[in-house]
Amino acid sequence: MDKKRMRDILLAAGLLLFAGILYLLLRPGGEGAWAVVTADGQEMARYPLSEDRQVTIGEADYNILEIKDGAAAVIEANCGDHTCVRTGAVSREGEAIVCLPHRLIVRIEGGEGPLFDASVG
Amino acid sequence: MKKHVARYALLAALAMVLSWLESLLVFPGLLPGMKVGLTNIVVLFALYRMGLRDAVRISLVRVILVSITFGNAYSFAYSLAGAALSLAVMAGLKKWDAFSILGVSVAGGVCHNLGQLAVAMAVLETARLGWYLPVLLASGTAAGVVIGIAGGLAAERVKF
Ligand SMILES: [Zn+2]
Repeated sequence: MDKKRMRDILLAAGLLLFAGILYLLLRPGGEGAWAVVTADGQEMARYPLSEDRQVTIGEADYNILEIKDGAAAVIEANCGDHTCVRTGAVSREGEAIVCLPHRLIVRIEGGEGPLFDASVG
Repeated sequence: MKKHVARYALLAALAMVLSWLESLLVFPGLLPGMKVGLTNIVVLFALYRMGLRDAVRISLVRVILVSITFGNAYSFAYSLAGAALSLAVMAGLKKWDAFSILGVSVAGGVCHNLGQLAVAMAVLETARLGWYLPVLLASGTAAGVVIGIAGGLAAERVKF
């Protein structure tokens, strides 16, 4: 293997390692976090991750949100792509489940008030 | 001259198609409006085959066209910051000649994301988005590897 290719690999591996370390250092805890439900850019509801529950969002177009063991997940939906279901459970601040067909976002926020302005994006 | 314009148009069109594809994908961990930067392959190709000046032009045309077509003021700022930082670093590394096109692409991918994060932090006036840093570093590296391999093949083989 030539020298440049070796350096390429070292660069990529170094960046990934750095990212991994930062992730472990920076990740916020799940305590005091909320699952914030936004549809069509409007905040509809927020649920604490500390309480287990199951809610159905919407009627004809529905997503079933389950909060369990400090994490939120969309466990069932009648959207076309099911990206939201496949996203799995989210629990860390800033993580989100997005259902594009239903224009729905479930975002995890810390307990310190809204993190993102709804106008972004 | 005519041929030159046709090349710009072709690469800009390709970048637009990639942007559109990218807008359909959902990447967990990215803020709305942020992109992993698949279009960087066009800029990388231009940088290696046509030179820095042309790469800058194509990058700029891409950012403007994409923002008009798919974006808003925020995504314009994201794209511009990401594209500018990415291209500056890629051009510098290419000149330095310590890495192959793959390493240059990885650095470009990471800087693309760092530029976007910097804008997001400025716009939202918060430092709390720092949590995104590791996610963006990792996704930028991954995108950079893919783009570097594909772009390397294209730069070597595509008749242009
Ligand atoms: Zn869905």
